[in-house]
Amino acid sequence: MTLLDFLNFYLVPGIVLGAIYAVGAIGITLVFGILRFAHFAHGDMATLGAFIALALAASGMDPWVALPLAMAITAVIAIGVDRSFYDYLSRRPKILTVMASLGVALMLRAVVQVVWGVDPTTYVTGIVRPEEYFGILLRPRELNTLLTVVLIVVGLELFLRKSKWGKAMRAMSDNPDLARLSGVDNRKVTMLTWAIVGALCTASGFMLGINTELHSMMGWQLLLPMFAAAILGGVGRVQGAVLGGLIVGITEELSVFVVPAQYKAATAFALLLIILLVRPRGLLNGKVL
Amino acid sequence: MPLLDMRDVRGGYGDADILQGVSITVAEKEIVVIVGPNGAGKSTAMKAVFGLLNVRGGQIVFDGEEITGWAPNRIVQRGVCYVPQVDNVFREMTVHENFEMGGFLRSGDLSAAYDRVYQLFPDLKAKRRNLAGDLSGGQRQMVAMGRALMLDPKLLLLDEPTAGLSPKYMEQIFQITRDVRDAGVSILLVEQHAKQALAFCDRGYVLATGANRHEGTGQALLADREVAEMFLGG
Repeated sequence: MTLLDFLNFYLVPGIVLGAIYAVGAIGITLVFGILRFAHFAHGDMATLGAFIALALAASGMDPWVALPLAMAITAVIAIGVDRSFYDYLSRRPKILTVMASLGVALMLRAVVQVVWGVDPTTYVTGIVRPEEYFGILLRPRELNTLLTVVLIVVGLELFLRKSKWGKAMRAMSDNPDLARLSGVDNRKVTMLTWAIVGALCTASGFMLGINTELHSMMGWQLLLPMFAAAILGGVGRVQGAVLGGLIVGITEELSVFVVPAQYKAATAFALLLIILLVRPRGLLNGKVL
Repeated sequence: MPLLDMRDVRGGYGDADILQGVSITVAEKEIVVIVGPNGAGKSTAMKAVFGLLNVRGGQIVFDGEEITGWAPNRIVQRGVCYVPQVDNVFREMTVHENFEMGGFLRSGDLSAAYDRVYQLFPDLKAKRRNLAGDLSGGQRQMVAMGRALMLDPKLLLLDEPTAGLSPKYMEQIFQITRDVRDAGVSILLVEQHAKQALAFCDRGYVLATGANRHEGTGQALLADREVAEMFLGG
Protein backbone atom coordinates (compact mmCIF):
# COMPACT_ATOMS: atom_id res chain seq x y z
CA MET A 1 0.00 0.00 0.00
CA THR A 2 1.38 3.37 -0.96
CA LEU A 3 1.32 6.41 1.27
CA LEU A 4 -1.36 7.97 -0.94
CA ASP A 5 -3.53 4.88 -0.61
CA PHE A 6 -3.15 5.07 3.15
CA LEU A 7 -4.10 8.75 3.12
CA ASN A 8 -7.05 8.31 0.74
CA PHE A 9 -8.58 5.15 2.12
CA TYR A 10 -7.85 5.43 5.84
CA LEU A 11 -6.65 8.81 7.05
CA VAL A 12 -8.98 11.10 5.08
CA PRO A 13 -12.14 9.12 5.94
CA GLY A 14 -10.90 9.05 9.55
CA ILE A 15 -10.50 12.83 9.61
CA VAL A 16 -13.95 13.36 8.05
CA LEU A 17 -15.57 11.01 10.55
CA GLY A 18 -13.55 12.54 13.38
CA ALA A 19 -14.62 16.05 12.39
CA ILE A 20 -18.26 14.92 12.61
CA TYR A 21 -17.65 13.36 16.03
CA ALA A 22 -15.90 16.55 17.09
CA VAL A 23 -18.96 18.71 16.42
CA GLY A 24 -21.12 16.34 18.46
CA ALA A 25 -18.54 16.13 21.25
CA ILE A 26 -18.40 19.92 21.54
CA GLY A 27 -22.12 19.89 22.35
CA ILE A 28 -21.67 17.18 24.96
CA THR A 29 -18.82 19.08 26.54
CA LEU A 30 -20.84 22.34 26.61
CA VAL A 31 -23.79 20.65 28.34
CA PHE A 32 -21.48 19.02 30.84
CA GLY A 33 -19.38 22.11 31.49
CA ILE A 34 -22.24 24.57 31.88
CA LEU A 35 -25.29 22.54 32.90
CA ARG A 36 -23.26 19.80 34.58
CA PHE A 37 -24.89 16.63 33.38
CA ALA A 38 -24.24 13.94 30.76
CA HIS A 39 -26.78 14.48 27.99
CA PHE A 40 -27.87 11.09 26.63
CA ALA A 41 -30.39 12.58 24.20
CA HIS A 42 -27.53 14.16 22.30
CA GLY A 43 -27.39 11.51 19.57
CA ASP A 44 -31.12 11.39 18.97
CA MET A 45 -31.26 15.17 18.87
CA ALA A 46 -28.68 14.85 16.08
CA THR A 47 -30.98 12.38 14.29
CA LEU A 48 -33.91 14.74 14.58
CA GLY A 49 -31.87 17.65 13.25
CA ALA A 50 -30.64 15.53 10.34
CA PHE A 51 -34.21 14.58 9.40
CA ILE A 52 -35.40 18.17 9.68
CA ALA A 53 -32.67 19.04 7.17
CA LEU A 54 -33.98 16.17 5.02
CA ALA A 55 -37.49 17.60 5.11
CA LEU A 56 -36.16 20.99 4.00
CA ALA A 57 -34.01 19.41 1.30
CA ALA A 58 -37.02 17.42 0.05
CA SER A 59 -38.74 20.73 -0.70
CA GLY A 60 -36.08 21.35 -3.33
CA MET A 61 -33.40 23.10 -1.30
CA ASP A 62 -29.74 22.18 -1.64
CA PRO A 63 -28.93 20.13 1.50
CA TRP A 64 -26.05 22.45 2.45
CA VAL A 65 -28.41 25.42 2.27
CA ALA A 66 -30.96 23.51 4.33
CA LEU A 67 -28.36 22.85 7.04
CA PRO A 68 -28.26 26.31 8.67
CA LEU A 69 -32.06 26.46 8.62
CA ALA A 70 -32.34 23.02 10.20
CA MET A 71 -29.77 24.10 12.82
CA ALA A 72 -31.92 27.10 13.72
CA ILE A 73 -35.10 25.00 13.95
CA THR A 74 -33.42 22.36 16.12
CA ALA A 75 -31.98 25.11 18.32
CA VAL A 76 -35.53 26.17 19.13
CA ILE A 77 -36.57 22.55 19.71
CA ALA A 78 -33.61 22.05 22.07
CA ILE A 79 -34.70 25.07 24.13
CA GLY A 80 -38.22 23.60 24.18
CA VAL A 81 -36.93 20.22 25.37
CA ASP A 82 -35.04 21.96 28.18
CA ARG A 83 -38.11 23.95 29.22
CA SER A 84 -40.39 20.91 29.05
CA PHE A 85 -38.17 18.37 30.82
CA TYR A 86 -34.75 19.33 32.19
CA ASP A 87 -35.75 22.67 33.68
CA TYR A 88 -38.15 21.00 36.12
CA LEU A 89 -35.36 18.83 37.45
CA SER A 90 -32.68 21.52 37.68
CA ARG A 91 -32.89 21.76 41.48
CA ARG A 92 -32.89 17.99 42.01
CA PRO A 93 -29.83 15.71 41.95
CA LYS A 94 -28.25 15.74 38.49
CA ILE A 95 -28.64 11.97 38.04
CA LEU A 96 -32.38 12.57 37.57
CA THR A 97 -31.71 14.88 34.64
CA VAL A 98 -29.32 12.31 33.16
CA MET A 99 -32.05 9.65 33.36
CA ALA A 100 -34.62 12.07 31.97
CA SER A 101 -32.32 12.74 29.00
CA LEU A 102 -32.39 9.01 28.27
CA GLY A 103 -36.18 9.23 28.15
CA VAL A 104 -35.99 12.30 25.92
CA ALA A 105 -33.68 10.32 23.62
CA LEU A 106 -36.33 7.61 23.20
CA MET A 107 -39.04 10.22 22.61
CA LEU A 108 -37.07 12.08 19.95
CA ARG A 109 -36.27 8.82 18.20
CA ALA A 110 -39.94 7.80 18.28
CA VAL A 111 -40.89 11.13 16.69
CA VAL A 112 -38.36 10.54 13.89
CA GLN A 113 -39.65 7.00 13.35
CA VAL A 114 -43.30 8.07 13.29
CA VAL A 115 -42.72 10.98 10.91
CA TRP A 116 -40.00 9.62 8.61
CA GLY A 117 -40.20 5.87 9.12
CA VAL A 118 -37.49 3.37 9.96
CA ASP A 119 -35.95 2.80 6.53
CA PRO A 120 -32.54 4.26 5.68
CA THR A 121 -32.61 7.18 3.28
CA THR A 122 -30.23 9.73 1.78
CA TYR A 123 -30.12 13.47 1.06
CA VAL A 124 -28.97 13.03 -2.54
CA THR A 125 -28.90 9.99 -4.78
CA GLY A 126 -26.32 8.99 -7.32
CA ILE A 127 -22.59 8.40 -7.23
CA VAL A 128 -20.29 11.37 -6.80
CA ARG A 129 -16.78 11.12 -8.16
CA PRO A 130 -14.05 12.48 -5.92
CA GLU A 131 -11.86 15.34 -7.07
CA GLU A 132 -8.12 15.07 -6.82
CA TYR A 133 -6.13 17.63 -4.82
CA PHE A 134 -2.36 16.90 -5.06
CA GLY A 135 -3.11 13.19 -5.11
CA ILE A 136 -5.62 13.36 -2.24
CA LEU A 137 -9.10 12.28 -3.32
CA LEU A 138 -11.92 14.29 -1.78
CA ARG A 139 -15.61 14.26 -2.65
CA PRO A 140 -17.30 17.67 -2.59
CA ARG A 141 -19.39 16.57 0.41
CA GLU A 142 -16.24 15.62 2.32
CA LEU A 143 -14.63 18.94 1.53
CA ASN A 144 -17.84 20.74 2.58
CA THR A 145 -17.91 18.74 5.81
CA LEU A 146 -14.37 19.70 6.72
CA LEU A 147 -14.96 23.36 5.86
CA THR A 148 -18.21 23.42 7.84
CA VAL A 149 -16.52 21.92 10.90
CA VAL A 150 -13.68 24.45 10.70
CA LEU A 151 -16.25 27.24 10.37
CA ILE A 152 -18.24 25.97 13.36
CA VAL A 153 -15.22 25.49 15.60
CA VAL A 154 -13.65 28.86 14.76
CA GLY A 155 -17.02 30.63 15.05
CA LEU A 156 -17.78 29.04 18.41
CA GLU A 157 -14.30 29.77 19.77
CA LEU A 158 -14.61 33.41 18.72
CA PHE A 159 -18.05 33.62 20.31
CA LEU A 160 -16.83 32.10 23.59
CA ARG A 161 -13.66 34.21 23.74
CA LYS A 162 -14.85 37.57 22.45
CA SER A 163 -18.56 38.10 22.98
CA LYS A 164 -20.21 39.19 26.21
CA TRP A 165 -22.57 36.21 26.37
CA GLY A 166 -19.86 33.78 25.30
CA LYS A 167 -17.82 34.96 28.26
CA ALA A 168 -20.90 34.60 30.47
CA MET A 169 -21.14 30.97 29.35
CA ARG A 170 -17.50 30.39 30.24
CA ALA A 171 -17.98 32.15 33.57
CA MET A 172 -20.99 29.95 34.36
CA SER A 173 -18.92 26.87 33.54
CA ASP A 174 -15.94 28.13 35.56
CA ASN A 175 -17.64 29.29 38.77
CA PRO A 176 -21.47 29.32 38.74
CA ASP A 177 -21.84 30.98 42.16
CA LEU A 178 -19.54 33.84 41.27
CA ALA A 179 -21.21 34.22 37.87
CA ARG A 180 -24.54 34.71 39.65
CA LEU A 181 -22.93 37.18 42.08
CA SER A 182 -21.74 39.09 39.01
CA GLY A 183 -25.30 39.33 37.76
CA VAL A 184 -25.20 36.67 35.01
CA ASP A 185 -28.72 35.39 34.39
CA ASN A 186 -28.62 31.62 34.71
CA ARG A 187 -31.76 31.12 32.60
CA LYS A 188 -30.41 33.11 29.68
CA VAL A 189 -27.12 31.20 29.70
CA THR A 190 -29.03 27.91 29.84
CA MET A 191 -31.20 28.91 26.88
CA LEU A 192 -28.21 30.05 24.88
CA THR A 193 -26.38 26.81 25.64
CA TRP A 194 -29.30 24.72 24.41
CA ALA A 195 -29.64 26.77 21.26
CA ILE A 196 -25.97 26.16 20.45
CA VAL A 197 -26.18 22.48 21.41
CA GLY A 198 -29.26 21.94 19.23
CA ALA A 199 -27.50 23.55 16.28
CA LEU A 200 -24.32 21.50 16.84
CA CYS A 201 -26.34 18.28 17.09
CA THR A 202 -27.98 19.05 13.77
CA ALA A 203 -24.65 19.75 12.09
CA SER A 204 -23.16 16.44 13.28
CA GLY A 205 -26.24 14.39 12.34
CA PHE A 206 -26.51 16.09 8.95
CA MET A 207 -22.85 15.59 8.08
CA LEU A 208 -22.95 11.94 9.10
CA GLY A 209 -26.12 11.56 7.00
CA ILE A 210 -24.67 13.20 3.93
CA ASN A 211 -21.45 11.20 4.09
CA THR A 212 -23.21 7.87 4.75
CA GLU A 213 -26.98 7.56 5.06
CA LEU A 214 -29.80 8.65 7.35
CA HIS A 215 -31.66 6.26 9.59
CA SER A 216 -33.53 6.58 12.85
CA MET A 217 -30.80 4.89 14.92
CA MET A 218 -27.90 6.92 13.52
CA GLY A 219 -27.74 9.30 16.45
CA TRP A 220 -27.86 6.60 19.04
CA GLN A 221 -24.86 5.00 17.34
CA LEU A 222 -23.10 8.38 17.41
CA LEU A 223 -23.50 8.68 21.17
CA LEU A 224 -20.66 6.40 22.25
CA PRO A 225 -17.94 7.82 19.97
CA MET A 226 -19.08 11.36 20.80
CA PHE A 227 -18.85 10.75 24.54
CA ALA A 228 -15.51 8.99 24.06
CA ALA A 229 -14.27 12.05 22.15
CA ALA A 230 -15.49 14.50 24.81
CA ILE A 231 -13.93 12.52 27.65
CA LEU A 232 -10.71 11.86 25.73
CA GLY A 233 -10.21 15.56 25.12
CA GLY A 234 -11.14 16.57 28.67
CA VAL A 235 -14.76 17.26 29.56
CA GLY A 236 -15.64 20.95 29.45
CA ARG A 237 -12.98 21.84 26.87
CA VAL A 238 -14.00 22.80 23.34
CA GLN A 239 -10.52 22.27 21.88
CA GLY A 240 -10.37 18.98 23.74
CA ALA A 241 -13.59 17.82 22.10
CA VAL A 242 -12.16 18.63 18.67
CA LEU A 243 -8.92 16.80 19.40
CA GLY A 244 -10.82 13.88 20.93
CA GLY A 245 -13.20 13.68 17.97
CA LEU A 246 -10.36 13.51 15.47
CA ILE A 247 -8.51 10.88 17.48
CA VAL A 248 -11.62 8.68 17.84
CA GLY A 249 -12.52 9.04 14.14
CA ILE A 250 -9.03 8.27 12.90
CA THR A 251 -8.61 5.38 15.36
CA GLU A 252 -11.89 3.84 14.18
CA GLU A 253 -10.77 3.96 10.55
CA LEU A 254 -7.30 2.64 11.32
CA SER A 255 -8.60 -0.13 13.57
CA VAL A 256 -9.25 -2.31 10.51
CA PHE A 257 -5.51 -2.98 10.39
CA VAL A 258 -5.76 -4.69 13.75
CA VAL A 259 -9.30 -6.04 14.16
CA PRO A 260 -12.00 -7.10 11.68
CA ALA A 261 -14.05 -4.22 10.24
CA GLN A 262 -17.19 -5.30 12.17
CA TYR A 263 -15.41 -4.21 15.34
CA LYS A 264 -14.89 -0.61 14.14
CA ALA A 265 -17.63 0.65 16.44
CA ALA A 266 -16.09 -1.15 19.42
CA THR A 267 -12.90 0.87 18.98
CA ALA A 268 -14.46 3.97 20.50
CA PHE A 269 -15.54 1.91 23.47
CA ALA A 270 -12.07 0.46 23.93
CA LEU A 271 -10.59 3.95 23.64
CA LEU A 272 -13.04 5.25 26.26
CA LEU A 273 -12.04 2.48 28.68
CA ILE A 274 -8.37 3.17 28.19
CA ILE A 275 -8.77 6.94 28.78
CA LEU A 276 -10.78 6.39 31.93
CA LEU A 277 -8.09 4.07 33.23
CA VAL A 278 -5.02 6.05 32.23
CA ARG A 279 -6.04 9.70 32.17
CA PRO A 280 -9.60 10.24 33.44
CA ARG A 281 -9.30 14.03 33.18
CA GLY A 282 -8.63 13.76 29.46
CA LEU A 283 -5.79 15.09 27.34
CA LEU A 284 -6.52 18.76 28.10
CA ASN A 285 -7.29 18.33 31.81
CA GLY A 286 -11.05 18.63 31.87
CA LYS A 287 -13.28 18.95 34.90
CA VAL A 288 -13.40 15.82 37.03
CA LEU A 289 -16.41 13.68 36.16
CA MET B 1 -27.35 58.41 58.89
CA PRO B 2 -25.00 55.47 58.30
CA LEU B 3 -24.70 53.92 54.85
CA LEU B 4 -25.41 50.47 56.24
CA ASP B 5 -27.53 49.96 59.32
CA MET B 6 -28.06 46.40 60.43
CA ARG B 7 -30.30 46.25 63.49
CA ASP B 8 -30.71 43.27 65.78
CA VAL B 9 -30.57 40.76 62.90
CA ARG B 10 -31.42 37.16 63.66
CA GLY B 11 -31.35 34.27 61.19
CA GLY B 12 -29.41 31.38 59.67
CA TYR B 13 -28.96 29.29 56.54
CA GLY B 14 -31.57 26.69 57.46
CA ASP B 15 -34.00 26.61 60.32
CA ALA B 16 -31.51 27.18 63.13
CA ASP B 17 -30.58 30.76 63.97
CA ILE B 18 -26.85 31.38 63.81
CA LEU B 19 -27.21 35.13 64.36
CA GLN B 20 -28.93 35.86 67.66
CA GLY B 21 -29.19 39.59 67.27
CA VAL B 22 -26.34 41.36 65.48
CA SER B 23 -26.23 45.12 65.00
CA ILE B 24 -23.60 46.69 62.78
CA THR B 25 -23.36 50.10 61.14
CA VAL B 26 -21.00 51.30 58.45
CA ALA B 27 -20.70 55.00 57.68
CA GLU B 28 -19.69 56.52 54.34
CA LYS B 29 -15.99 55.99 53.57
CA GLU B 30 -15.48 53.93 56.68
CA ILE B 31 -13.60 50.65 57.11
CA VAL B 32 -15.38 48.43 59.60
CA VAL B 33 -14.03 45.06 60.63
CA ILE B 34 -15.82 42.13 62.25
CA VAL B 35 -13.64 39.90 64.40
CA GLY B 36 -14.33 37.12 66.86
CA PRO B 37 -13.58 33.49 67.60
CA ASN B 38 -14.42 30.67 65.22
CA GLY B 39 -18.14 30.04 64.98
CA ALA B 40 -19.02 33.53 66.20
CA GLY B 41 -21.06 34.18 63.08
CA LYS B 42 -18.72 36.73 61.50
CA SER B 43 -19.08 35.59 57.91
CA THR B 44 -22.72 34.81 58.51
CA ALA B 45 -23.38 38.39 59.60
CA MET B 46 -21.79 39.62 56.41
CA LYS B 47 -23.76 37.20 54.26
CA ALA B 48 -26.95 38.46 55.90
CA VAL B 49 -26.24 41.90 54.42
CA PHE B 50 -25.88 40.34 50.98
CA GLY B 51 -29.15 38.42 51.10
CA LEU B 52 -27.54 35.00 51.41
CA LEU B 53 -29.29 34.19 54.68
CA ASN B 54 -32.81 33.59 55.91
CA VAL B 55 -33.25 36.68 58.06
CA ARG B 56 -35.98 36.09 60.64
CA GLY B 57 -35.72 39.19 62.74
CA GLY B 58 -34.34 42.69 62.74
CA GLN B 59 -33.78 44.81 59.68
CA ILE B 60 -31.06 45.82 57.26
CA VAL B 61 -31.15 49.34 55.84
CA PHE B 62 -28.76 50.35 53.08
CA ASP B 63 -28.45 53.90 51.84
CA GLY B 64 -31.85 54.87 53.22
CA GLU B 65 -33.70 51.84 51.84
CA GLU B 66 -34.62 48.65 53.65
CA ILE B 67 -33.02 45.67 51.84
CA THR B 68 -33.97 42.92 54.30
CA GLY B 69 -34.90 39.79 52.36
CA TRP B 70 -33.79 41.11 48.96
CA ALA B 71 -32.21 38.67 46.51
CA PRO B 72 -28.44 39.09 46.02
CA ASN B 73 -28.68 40.26 42.40
CA ARG B 74 -30.99 43.09 43.44
CA ILE B 75 -28.63 44.05 46.25
CA VAL B 76 -25.73 44.08 43.77
CA GLN B 77 -27.60 46.51 41.57
CA ARG B 78 -28.32 48.69 44.60
CA GLY B 79 -24.56 49.13 45.12
CA VAL B 80 -23.28 46.40 47.41
CA CYS B 81 -20.62 43.98 46.16
CA TYR B 82 -19.44 40.88 47.93
CA VAL B 83 -16.10 39.09 47.66
CA PRO B 84 -16.39 35.50 48.95
CA GLN B 85 -13.53 34.00 50.91
CA VAL B 86 -12.87 31.10 48.54
CA ASP B 87 -13.52 30.49 44.85
CA ASN B 88 -13.71 34.23 44.35
CA VAL B 89 -12.21 34.43 40.85
CA PHE B 90 -12.94 32.80 37.51
CA ARG B 91 -9.83 30.62 37.43
CA GLU B 92 -9.94 29.76 33.75
CA MET B 93 -10.52 33.29 32.58
CA THR B 94 -7.86 35.98 32.25
CA VAL B 95 -7.46 38.77 34.79
CA HIS B 96 -9.04 41.20 32.38
CA GLU B 97 -11.92 38.85 31.63
CA ASN B 98 -12.55 38.59 35.37
CA PHE B 99 -12.93 42.35 35.45
CA GLU B 100 -15.19 42.22 32.41
CA MET B 101 -17.42 39.74 34.22
CA GLY B 102 -17.42 42.09 37.20
CA GLY B 103 -18.83 44.77 34.94
CA PHE B 104 -21.31 42.38 33.32
CA LEU B 105 -24.34 44.33 34.52
CA ARG B 106 -22.97 47.65 33.34
CA SER B 107 -23.51 48.88 29.84
CA GLY B 108 -21.68 51.59 27.96
CA ASP B 109 -18.05 52.55 28.15
CA LEU B 110 -16.25 50.79 30.99
CA SER B 111 -12.78 52.17 30.29
CA ALA B 112 -12.90 54.47 33.33
CA ALA B 113 -13.76 51.50 35.54
CA TYR B 114 -10.86 49.45 34.09
CA ASP B 115 -8.49 52.38 34.58
CA ARG B 116 -9.53 52.69 38.20
CA VAL B 117 -9.08 48.98 38.89
CA TYR B 118 -5.65 48.85 37.23
CA GLN B 119 -4.67 51.99 39.14
CA LEU B 120 -5.58 50.31 42.41
CA PHE B 121 -3.84 47.08 41.42
CA PRO B 122 -0.87 48.12 39.25
CA ASP B 123 0.68 44.63 39.62
CA LEU B 124 -2.22 43.20 37.67
CA LYS B 125 -1.73 45.41 34.64
CA ALA B 126 1.18 43.32 33.38
CA LYS B 127 -0.76 40.14 34.12
CA ARG B 128 -4.01 41.12 32.49
CA ARG B 129 -3.76 38.31 29.95
CA ASN B 130 -2.79 35.65 32.50
CA LEU B 131 -5.35 33.19 33.77
CA ALA B 132 -6.55 34.17 37.23
CA GLY B 133 -6.07 30.59 38.43
CA ASP B 134 -2.33 30.81 37.69
CA LEU B 135 -1.74 33.84 39.95
CA SER B 136 -0.45 33.78 43.52
CA GLY B 137 -2.95 33.86 46.38
CA GLY B 138 -2.43 37.56 47.04
CA GLN B 139 -2.85 38.51 43.41
CA ARG B 140 -5.95 36.34 43.12
CA GLN B 141 -7.41 38.26 46.05
CA MET B 142 -6.70 41.49 44.17
CA VAL B 143 -8.47 40.12 41.10
CA ALA B 144 -11.43 39.20 43.29
CA MET B 145 -11.57 42.72 44.76
CA GLY B 146 -11.12 44.27 41.33
CA ARG B 147 -13.97 42.19 39.93
CA ALA B 148 -16.26 43.43 42.71
CA LEU B 149 -15.17 47.06 42.21
CA MET B 150 -16.11 47.00 38.53
CA LEU B 151 -19.73 47.63 39.45
CA ASP B 152 -18.69 50.81 41.26
CA PRO B 153 -20.28 49.77 44.56
CA LYS B 154 -20.91 52.06 47.52
CA LEU B 155 -20.21 49.24 49.94
CA LEU B 156 -17.73 46.42 49.51
CA LEU B 157 -18.06 43.27 51.62
CA LEU B 158 -14.81 41.32 52.03
CA ASP B 159 -14.91 37.88 53.60
CA GLU B 160 -11.49 37.14 55.15
CA PRO B 161 -9.48 38.72 52.34
CA THR B 162 -6.14 37.83 53.96
CA ALA B 163 -6.87 34.17 54.76
CA GLY B 164 -3.89 32.05 53.82
CA LEU B 165 -1.76 34.98 52.70
CA SER B 166 1.81 35.74 53.76
CA PRO B 167 2.29 38.75 56.10
CA LYS B 168 3.70 40.74 53.17
CA TYR B 169 0.55 40.21 51.09
CA MET B 170 -1.65 40.81 54.14
CA GLU B 171 -0.12 44.28 54.54
CA GLN B 172 -0.60 44.89 50.84
CA ILE B 173 -4.27 43.86 50.92
CA PHE B 174 -4.87 46.14 53.93
CA GLN B 175 -3.15 48.99 52.11
CA ILE B 176 -5.28 48.40 49.01
CA THR B 177 -8.39 48.31 51.18
CA ARG B 178 -7.44 51.77 52.45
CA ASP B 179 -6.89 52.95 48.88
CA VAL B 180 -10.31 51.63 47.89
CA ARG B 181 -11.85 53.47 50.83
CA ASP B 182 -10.04 56.65 49.82
CA ALA B 183 -11.60 56.23 46.39
CA GLY B 184 -14.98 56.62 48.10
CA VAL B 185 -16.08 53.06 48.87
CA SER B 186 -17.19 51.95 52.33
CA ILE B 187 -15.84 48.60 53.44
CA LEU B 188 -17.09 45.93 55.79
CA LEU B 189 -14.71 43.04 56.26
CA VAL B 190 -14.46 39.88 58.28
CA GLU B 191 -10.99 39.08 59.58
CA GLN B 192 -9.28 36.13 61.19
CA HIS B 193 -6.14 38.20 61.85
CA ALA B 194 -7.88 40.24 64.54
CA LYS B 195 -4.90 42.24 65.84
CA GLN B 196 -3.69 43.47 62.48
CA ALA B 197 -7.22 44.13 61.28
CA LEU B 198 -8.19 46.17 64.35
CA ALA B 199 -5.01 48.18 64.01
CA PHE B 200 -5.88 49.25 60.48
CA CYS B 201 -9.67 49.66 60.57
CA ASP B 202 -11.73 52.67 61.59
CA ARG B 203 -14.12 50.77 63.80
CA GLY B 204 -14.53 47.17 64.81
CA TYR B 205 -17.10 44.77 66.15
CA VAL B 206 -16.33 41.73 68.24
CA LEU B 207 -18.93 39.01 67.80
CA ALA B 208 -19.32 35.92 69.93
CA THR B 209 -21.89 33.15 69.61
CA GLY B 210 -23.89 35.04 67.05
CA ALA B 211 -24.26 38.31 68.94
CA ASN B 212 -22.46 41.64 69.49
CA ARG B 213 -19.94 41.46 72.31
CA HIS B 214 -17.84 44.61 71.97
CA GLU B 215 -17.62 47.51 69.61
CA GLY B 216 -15.56 50.63 69.26
CA THR B 217 -12.70 52.13 67.34
CA GLY B 218 -9.98 49.70 66.40
CA GLN B 219 -7.53 51.28 68.83
CA ALA B 220 -10.01 51.18 71.71
CA LEU B 221 -10.76 47.50 71.11
CA LEU B 222 -7.05 46.69 70.94
CA ALA B 223 -6.57 48.44 74.26
CA ASP B 224 -9.53 46.67 75.89
CA ARG B 225 -8.18 44.02 78.28
CA GLU B 226 -11.23 41.79 78.00
CA VAL B 227 -11.11 41.78 74.21
CA ALA B 228 -7.41 41.09 74.29
CA GLU B 229 -7.82 38.14 76.62
CA MET B 230 -10.85 36.68 74.93
CA PHE B 231 -10.02 36.89 71.29
CA LEU B 232 -6.57 38.14 70.66
CA GLY B 233 -4.58 35.69 72.66
CA GLY B 234 -3.24 38.27 75.16
